[in-house]
Amino acid sequence: MKAGKFWAWVVFILGAAYFFIPLIATVEFSLRMRRGVYSFDAYKVVLGDSQFQATFIFSVVVAIFTILLGVLIVVPTAYWIRLRLPQLRPVVEFITLLPLVIPAIVIVFGYIRMYGSNSPLPFLGSNLGANALLVIGYAALALPYMYRAVDTGLRTIDVRTLTEAAQILGAGWGTIITRVILPNVLIAVLSGAFLTFAIVIGEFTMASLLNRPAFGPYLQNLVANRAYEPAALSIIAFAITWGCMSLIQILSRFAPRSANRPN
Amino acid sequence: MTDLSLSNKAIAGKTAPPAEARSLRLPTQWLGVTPFFIFAVMFLILPTLYLMLGAFQNEAGEFTFANIVALFSANIVAAYWISIKVSLASSLIGAFAGLAVAIAIVRGGLPDWIRSATLTFSGVASNFAGVPLAFAFIATLGRLGLVTVLLNTLVGLNLYAHGFNLLSFWGLTITYVYFQIPLMVVIIVPAIDGLKREWGEAAATLGATQAQYWRMVVIPVLWPSFLGTVILLFANAFGAIATAYALTGSSLNIVPILLYAQIRGDVLHNAHLGYAIAFGMIFITGLANIFYIWFRTRSERWLK
Repeated sequence: MKAGKFWAWVVFILGAAYFFIPLIATVEFSLRMRRGVYSFDAYKVVLGDSQFQATFIFSVVVAIFTILLGVLIVVPTAYWIRLRLPQLRPVVEFITLLPLVIPAIVIVFGYIRMYGSNSPLPFLGSNLGANALLVIGYAALALPYMYRAVDTGLRTIDVRTLTEAAQILGAGWGTIITRVILPNVLIAVLSGAFLTFAIVIGEFTMASLLNRPAFGPYLQNLVANRAYEPAALSIIAFAITWGCMSLIQILSRFAPRSANRPN
Repeated sequence: MTDLSLSNKAIAGKTAPPAEARSLRLPTQWLGVTPFFIFAVMFLILPTLYLMLGAFQNEAGEFTFANIVALFSANIVAAYWISIKVSLASSLIGAFAGLAVAIAIVRGGLPDWIRSATLTFSGVASNFAGVPLAFAFIATLGRLGLVTVLLNTLVGLNLYAHGFNLLSFWGLTITYVYFQIPLMVVIIVPAIDGLKREWGEAAATLGATQAQYWRMVVIPVLWPSFLGTVILLFANAFGAIATAYALTGSSLNIVPILLYAQIRGDVLHNAHLGYAIAFGMIFITGLANIFYIWFRTRSERWLK
């Protein structure tokens, strides 16, 4: 028992070292912009860069639209599968797992060939279309996480009883989904949303290949050309990811454990 | 046994005869899932099929295997080979290290806060990939990185003089491990939690030593989910591009970077060869995922 505990500590400390040293090194590097002393100059330069602001805002807006599109597609589907078409569950689950099998670069390659400006659906013919395609691509990438989160949320509520109760009170399908089901799985939806945000905000492949002015390609360009600013940005990116994950953790504390309570 | 039930389920799911029979009476049933299927077909399935078919066509649109044959040219084979090596090495290292960390925090008798802190951190680090991760390793193990400099000044060990280079196979592998270990921890901890106390007690009652308990109970039960996760990590690394691209530019010839360059500027001077490369990537990740599903169904038998 004693030996086991000793080895557990050894493993834990080695792991912690591997994970914290790169972070410490990056922080240290980001503070070295001014010769001889530690300063926050790199952060000031980065945050004051108009290109940073523009690309970051672009990515945030794209992330918000991605989350909206994801919710719009996933919530009604997951609800309907649970309520009426359980026999379709394997098909839908299989499809939602596809983005884990098909690499993002392949998906976006397909988009470029299928939705180019000479195609019947010329998404890439205009700026707005290309932005829409980026949102769609991100929604596809986030599909496995969003679906899993919402489906887990639906599992903890009694979908059938809630639906029947709402119907007895005269609610239509739109009302049932937006005012009964959605509020009940809101925490699950938000978990999926924050995960989507964390994935989308610094994504590089799709944004770069669709030529969108997003944060990921900006970051990539900065790494190639600057020394200290990318370090500051890496720390900011890590903080954003951390923030999203902490929010998911906090939210999960409010989530209901199970609706099928014995009464 | 598993094969049969799995393929039956897949067939049943795909054709879904009872659902179709019912839909004749009640087509409104299907309205609820129509947007999802339109989305999936238009933006996941068709674009992929388009590339798949393109891989077997020449410029004139005729059927051919020439593109697939062309994949076996030295340059492209080398790219696949180094991609497979990096993915395999990073998934194996990530898996064993992740398993060790998971066992340490679940069974090692460490304080409770370490377990929850590690799990939270794993959630963060498994999503911390791409350009920021690449830069973190440049700041650590690059030529002027903190560890490189410290080792040189404190111990007099010059990593780069000893042949280490961050922009290489090992450099990329060490970097990938940063998101592979946490992913392993996140997935395998529930499996370790699923090991029932009774099994340990039963083994002890039957006179098993701790080593026998591990060898004859724990490892056989964890094995399928462990192997399944290794495959998931493999696919995860195989498709990743941003980290490698930010780290090495185009100096390390891995498949996603080759495909990226091909999409950008047709470096292979053959559009359909690009489709074939995409086909090869899906073929490999698809194969990996078939194994994953197979191991997954095996592991779920025990972890109910």
